[in-house]
Amino acid sequence: MNPIIIAVVVLAIVGIVAGLILYYVAEKFKVEEDPRIDQVEEVLPGANCGGCGYPGCRQFAEALTRTDTLEGYFCPVGGNDVMARVAEILGLEAVEKEKQLAVVRCAGSYEFRPVTNEYDGPANCAMEHALYSGHTECQYGCLGHGDCVAACEFDAIYMDPVTNLPVVVEEKCTACGACVEACPRDIIELRPVGKKSRRVYVACVNEDKGGLTAKACKVGCIGCGNCEKACEFDAITIENNLSYIDPAKCRLCRACAPVCPTESIWELNFPVRRAIPSNKVKPKKKPTA
Amino acid sequence: MSEYKLLTFPKGGVHPPENKLTADLAIERFPLPSKVYIHLQQHIGVPAQILVKPKDRVRTGQLLAQAQGFVSANIHSSVTGTVFKIDEIYDASGYRKTAIVITPEPEDEWVEGIDTSDDLKADIGQFSSQEIIQKVKDAGIVGMGGATFPTHVKLSIPDGKKCDILIINGVECEPYLTSDHRLMLEKTEEILVGTRLLMKALNVDRAVIGIEANKPDAIGKMTEAAKKYEGITVQALKVKYPQGGEKQLIKAITGREVPSGGLPIDIGAVVQNVGTTFAVYEAVMKNKPLIERIVTITGKDLDHRGNFRVRIGTMVKDIIDYVGGLPEGTGKVVLGGPMMGKATKTLEVPVGKGTSGILLMRREETKRKKVLPCIHCARCVTACPQGLEPYLIMSLAERGIWDKAEEAHAQDCIMCGSCSYVCPSNRPLQDYTQFARNTVMSIMRARKKK
Repeated sequence: MNPIIIAVVVLAIVGIVAGLILYYVAEKFKVEEDPRIDQVEEVLPGANCGGCGYPGCRQFAEALTRTDTLEGYFCPVGGNDVMARVAEILGLEAVEKEKQLAVVRCAGSYEFRPVTNEYDGPANCAMEHALYSGHTECQYGCLGHGDCVAACEFDAIYMDPVTNLPVVVEEKCTACGACVEACPRDIIELRPVGKKSRRVYVACVNEDKGGLTAKACKVGCIGCGNCEKACEFDAITIENNLSYIDPAKCRLCRACAPVCPTESIWELNFPVRRAIPSNKVKPKKKPTA
Repeated sequence: MSEYKLLTFPKGGVHPPENKLTADLAIERFPLPSKVYIHLQQHIGVPAQILVKPKDRVRTGQLLAQAQGFVSANIHSSVTGTVFKIDEIYDASGYRKTAIVITPEPEDEWVEGIDTSDDLKADIGQFSSQEIIQKVKDAGIVGMGGATFPTHVKLSIPDGKKCDILIINGVECEPYLTSDHRLMLEKTEEILVGTRLLMKALNVDRAVIGIEANKPDAIGKMTEAAKKYEGITVQALKVKYPQGGEKQLIKAITGREVPSGGLPIDIGAVVQNVGTTFAVYEAVMKNKPLIERIVTITGKDLDHRGNFRVRIGTMVKDIIDYVGGLPEGTGKVVLGGPMMGKATKTLEVPVGKGTSGILLMRREETKRKKVLPCIHCARCVTACPQGLEPYLIMSLAERGIWDKAEEAHAQDCIMCGSCSYVCPSNRPLQDYTQFARNTVMSIMRARKKK
């Protein structure tokens, strides 16, 4: 017989036998997977940023299909739209969450916070924080090596070359929380975007006593309590010599910002403040710094 | 004679220039400063609980703060005076911690029962093991080589473990430092009595005092004096850094290796520094709490170098002013030795129980050189006394791969700095391995808790 025909026949038989074995094995050890996992994953942004608390979108989708309620599950990148579609696929009730943004709670640029020590170790915030206490007098403030920039998957944060502080790009920030995790000083906070993207917050995390803070940085919160008194909505609390504005209670009235002697309360995206008529200004002490 | 055979640990090690500039200078008593700043935490463990308030008058040796829990240490007043305030003061770590500020009076008024004379008391028969440990605990003694681990914890052997050898660490392998060396020369008998006390506390009949061969006078004097004391021998060791590391010293003297993650007691050994041994002698025989220590102040440009007996809480600034001020061109002031010490952030840092030296280094000596890429020469691997791979741990730490760093035994790093010392590419290996060690250890602790 022609060797070519033999080869073809043998190969065909081997192929059919192998095919049958594969078919049998595939049927026998079939993994039943919830078809909704693929559907949910399709809807998710696919950034694998970890903002939801799972390693990636696939794992988050798996977790979503196993749960009975969407309470506690949220994709910060996709936001409410994506979660609504996920809820539709899974037949669950969507949980609305306010959109958040990262804010940098330190304003200690070179201008305001003098450099007291030379740090020439590895250029890495986590290292400087763990092994040394920073190159300025402030032991709470930004170290300026950009660990947050390296952690951001969305190019939504960059170091300002003039101030050496990180700046959040509002349009790009997805509030995944990677920078919050990366910052060893816990300076970055996720806060609700607010109406028309308007936000008021204290740009300082220094818990030292007022005198020490003032010595270290001209724009640090000294915990004087002026803002607490000025707030009509009990949104401001002073703890450990540091003021904190609760975004849930803040009505964005901006009464606190002008009374701050160190200008450490920041107001973002508000229209320019008009001069207040002098008869309406309450008498107060002259700002010290 | 055993002292002619020099022992050492087998793996790794480096030979930095010794620069023991103050070895011939006798210990001087440092005058009382204008203020003392006593931190509530001068030890590893829980900070002590404060017992005094501002405007209280305190006497020398009075208890200021009580130990909290087992791994903690008492804090005593090092001067007689009034509590000025309780404030946040920088400590050696560079962070502010709570401290008691006291304005001293010119004359010391000691708490009754404390023997302030320099006479030798050698009769230890009256004390039981329990009494010695209790006295050490009351006196707030911690490891004075620099690690500041509470000594009474080391002396309390856990159930099921057995100690058969006490090692007294007189190695002082850090360059520049000479405080232990001077102590061994000037307080020889006291250290030997302290060793007998520790032997009794641990219930062992054998103690070895390890001294590096670059201190022949100390070896000679200790060997001669030790003949009178039963069970104590002096062992000369080869000059090699980090010979004074606890694990390295045990390996050199007994040949036993502390297992990964284990303690020296797991292999039946306890190591105490000579400074600690002297403090134990003073605490037990003279009822004197730990309120002063020997500090070496040295630097190449300093005229008035020396070994001083300094009250705990004296500002580094006061000491530097006393010896003639900061010389021109000083780059860093290091607390401890040049290999493991930490550069201070400011001079307003008080001397703590673990401050063995103040080293003023020239700017050009301390300047870090340009970091070049790793050329995989494996010099750090050769130098590591723990047998780790620092280059690997560094690259894992840079990427934050902590599970692999744990597999690479980053937690076994002793932070001696030999890797950075030998690196031809000037890579900050020690910084990263130390960072990896701390991170991995905290991950391991968190996992254990679960």
